This record gives sequence, structure tokens and C-alpha cells, in this order.
Amino acid sequence: MHELAPALKPYFNEETTEDILVIEGTHAASHAARLARVQAISAYPITPQTSIVELLSEMCATGDLDAQFIKVESEHSALACLVGAASAGARCFTATSSQGLLLMHEIIHWVAAARLPIVMVNVNRALAPPWSIWADQTDSLAQRDTGWIQFYGESNQEILDTILMAYRLAEQVMLPVMVNMDAFFLSHTAEPVALPKQELVDRFLPPYQPEFRLDVNHPRAFGGLAKPDVYMEFRYHMQQAMEEALQLWPVIAEEYKYHLGRWHGTAIESYRCEDAETILVTAGTITGTTRLVVDQYRENGVPLGLVKIRMFRPFPVEALRQALAQAQRVGVIDRNLSFGQGGIFYSELKSALYNGDHRPLLNGYVAGLGGRDVTPDVLAEIVEHLIHSETGQDLVWIGVKA
Amino acid sequence: MIEIRMHGRGGQGAVVACKILASAFFKEGKFAQAFPAFGVERRGAPVMAFIRVDDKPIHLRTEIYSPQHLIILDPTLLQTVDITGGLKPGGTILINSPLSAEDYPQLASYALATVDANAIAVRHGLGSKSSPIVNTAILGAFSRSTGLIGMDALSTTIASYVPLKPEENVAAAQEAFTQCHFTESTPV
Repeated sequence: MHELAPALKPYFNEETTEDILVIEGTHAASHAARLARVQAISAYPITPQTSIVELLSEMCATGDLDAQFIKVESEHSALACLVGAASAGARCFTATSSQGLLLMHEIIHWVAAARLPIVMVNVNRALAPPWSIWADQTDSLAQRDTGWIQFYGESNQEILDTILMAYRLAEQVMLPVMVNMDAFFLSHTAEPVALPKQELVDRFLPPYQPEFRLDVNHPRAFGGLAKPDVYMEFRYHMQQAMEEALQLWPVIAEEYKYHLGRWHGTAIESYRCEDAETILVTAGTITGTTRLVVDQYRENGVPLGLVKIRMFRPFPVEALRQALAQAQRVGVIDRNLSFGQGGIFYSELKSALYNGDHRPLLNGYVAGLGGRDVTPDVLAEIVEHLIHSETGQDLVWIGVKA
Repeated sequence: MIEIRMHGRGGQGAVVACKILASAFFKEGKFAQAFPAFGVERRGAPVMAFIRVDDKPIHLRTEIYSPQHLIILDPTLLQTVDITGGLKPGGTILINSPLSAEDYPQLASYALATVDANAIAVRHGLGSKSSPIVNTAILGAFSRSTGLIGMDALSTTIASYVPLKPEENVAAAQEAFTQCHFTESTPV
């Protein structure tokens, strides 16, 4: 790799690193797919995802990546293509965003129920109308009940690392994984990203070897008719696989740390939560800015903490109950909305705490829809509201113009 | 933390210039973020791109509202865009312009620098006379006028980043470094 400036050495693990590039989140995702040695890629361009598959198509053209790049006429076809490729035993990758993800919806269910360990990157972009290309998580959260494991990332490095870990998890529990990054705040922001050495990635992520695959020499039937006497068991097994994923994820994260030297927490990450009376819960890039706000409040002697949710499905109920066991007030910040209910992470957390031992005051804040900036000032407004709340409030709108 | 805003027109390469500058800062041992004004670019329309630089990893994920430094790729933008909006008092402004800093009395309260990046780019065969590619030359002038980034890191990064004419781009940046005029060299 290039010589790393001495001031930067404490922040990077040079032993496990091939090179450090200042790249956008989209390209961090492309490099992750390359390092995972994916064998089939099919995608349809859509802003702000396009540069992920643009770079992958270049890698396929130059031979840097030995994969089939299958061009298609829609996102629905892109994922349908991968159903075939994954059924034949290929490690598969696709990427999309917003309307493209919605067009895939039928196949999104199919992939999970067919138990195909496809990894997809979704760039979280607001849904139309009105047209918007900016950050909003409602697109992926609307795929909540499809049977896909879901992650949300805070930095380009975390996106790259999570994609590599996602293949391990997917292929172990035979469920697909969606890795989500916020539009522009990650997708189009260039920052330093350490690319791990290929041989170390290979050690962490061996080739995909499915137990069953399409094979003309050993014919089998896939996706046949299931009468009421067996259908329910298929669904039971998917739920079992989800629960297994929840147990396995911390083990995979530890293994990743062992082989590649980086750690981003398990299903959640607690930041300065020791003795915290008030805790903010976030997912995605709002997390980074919230870290700074937590630091500022701590400097002024206010015991504020942060819990970042990385894994949304399966939902880490126990981990969240433990992380919030001492908190008196909890505020969830959602850059997404379920109409008629409120913030989606809020709703999930509230439900997770109901059967637990400790129920803190809980507020749901909706902010930053359609890419509206969530600045330290906006976050301070949320903290002040939370600290002065007498009772929990399901839906507090932040920054809506009169 | 240092925050820089670059103004240009769609097609002038402001976003690429910011990525090159961020990579050069990283080479010198700083953390850096580079990003465009989040939106849809059209050729010729006013665009902005941003850079954040710090000694430690950057967690802030917001747009930049109060930069310390401005870089203007096209002087005609001064007539159409609120260029100095949000610029910190005592901030620096670098303009691609054949005029000298004294010719911009309305900007006299800032540390002002100018460089004729169009002419330099044309001399080095970058783009055409009517549409010169100035995004590498301007970075050389930025190195001189602010002292924030060294020419060694900048030259190496430019050479590895541009798809065509690496030597010409580096030479243009180096010439802009020497040709830059400024009223005050003290960085913020």
C-alpha cells in the first residue's frame, strides 16, 4: 500500500490493509463486492446507486473481478436474474435504491423464501411523488416483512465491512441480506476507506458451497406447490433462521475483527451509555452527527448517551433491552415514516420494550425526511425536548415548516 | 476542523477537484471528506462541492454552512450566486480570474487571491480555449494562497487521479502555484 502518514497510523490496521483510498460510499460497496469474489451481478441503474454497479461493470471488463455482469431492463428482472444464478450456486450481488427497490418487491419476497443468500446494497432514497433523490429510509423499511436481514451503516468503511460480513451471515443461515446506506451522506461522500487484503478476506469468507443447487446432472424440483399441511413449516424455518442470524452475528463480527482487524459493534453499538439517564437511538448517518452532540452535552455534565441500531432484521430485542436498562428517557430519531403510525425504528423499539422489565419514557422523533439536513442544532432541539418531556410521545415532528 | 466550499459550473470538475484535494490532505496525514452539493447537476449551471479536513476521524454528516475557505472556478458566478454566503469573517477566497485581487473591492474584507487558471490550463493543453479544464490548476493556487496543503502531496495525487494528461495537469497546478496573486497570505 501507499506510505501512510505517521499521524494516521493509530487509526488504521496496516497489517490487514491492501490500500486506503478516499472514495465514495458507492465505490466502497463496489470494492466490497469485488473482495467477496461475487460471481454474478445484475442491476439496473438508478440515482444514487448507479456508481456502485458502474464501477463493478468496469471491474468485470478489466478482469479485476471474474463475474458475470448481467444487463437487464428493470430492477424486477435484475433480482429475478439473480434468483436463477443463486439457485445454480453462484455468489450474487445487486444494488438499487428507492423506486427500484419497490419494483423488486415481488422478487424480494421470493429470494428470501427460496432461501437464496443474495446480498443487496440499497442506497436509502426518498420515495416519489414528489420526486426526490435524497436520503430517507422508508424505501428499505417498507421491505421489513420480506424475510431479508437488514443492516444500516454510518460510514463508508462500515458499509464495506458489513457487506463482507453479510455474505458470511447470509450463506450460513440461507437468508438474503440488504445493506443500507443513506443517499449522498454516504453514497456521494468521499472519505478514507481501508480495503482489506484479498487473502485475509478469502480466509474469512470461503467460497459459497450450497447444499442444494440447480444441476442438470442431479435434477431436483425447486419452489413447488406447498399444501396447507407443509407451507407453515417453511415459514417456521425462516423464522428459525432469523433467530439463528441474531445469535450468529456477534460471532461473525468477532471473526471479522480477528481476521481483518476492524470492529463496528454487534447488532447495536452503545456510545457513552455508561450512567446515561437520557439516550438517543439512531440508525444510519444521523448517528455520526449525534456522537458529536453527545460529546458536547457530556462536556456540560449532562449524562447523555447514544445507541446505534445496525441490524434491523432480525430486530435485536435483548441487546436493546440491556443497552437501555438504566435509561430514564429514550428518544428514537427516525428518517422514515409509517403513515398512520410514526417512525419505524421507534415503533419497533417500543414493541421490544413492552415485555421487558424496564420501560423508560420513550419519544419518537421524525426528522430529515427527503434528505433534509439533521444538523447538531436540530439534534440539540431533540435532546432539549426529550429532557423536558413529562410523558412519552409517539410522534414528534422536527423541523416541519408552518 | 477546516471547511472549504468550491463554486463552479456543471462540467468544470469541481467535484473531482474536491476529491483530489481530500485525497491530498489524507496523504499529508489528515482526515478528509469531499462531497458535492447534494442534487442534480446540469452542464453550465452553478454547482458547489465541499471538503472537510480534520486531525481525527470526521463524524459530522451534514452539509457545510460556514466554510473558512472559498474556491471560485468561474468569476461570472460572482454576479449570479451569493458567493460569500456563510463565509467565516476573515475567510479566504480564491478566484479563477485574469484580474488581480485589487480589482474586487467588494471582497476586500476577505483574504483574496486570484489566478488566471484558464490561461494556465490552455498553455498546458488542458481543454480548449473556450472551455479550459481548470480544476487541477486551481488547486496549485489554493496550495499557495492558503498554505494548507503541500505541492508534493497535491502533485502526486493529481498525477494518480486524472484519467488523461497527468504530467500536464501537474505542471498546470505547479504553474498556478507560482502565478497566484493575493492580498494577504495568512490562512484563517
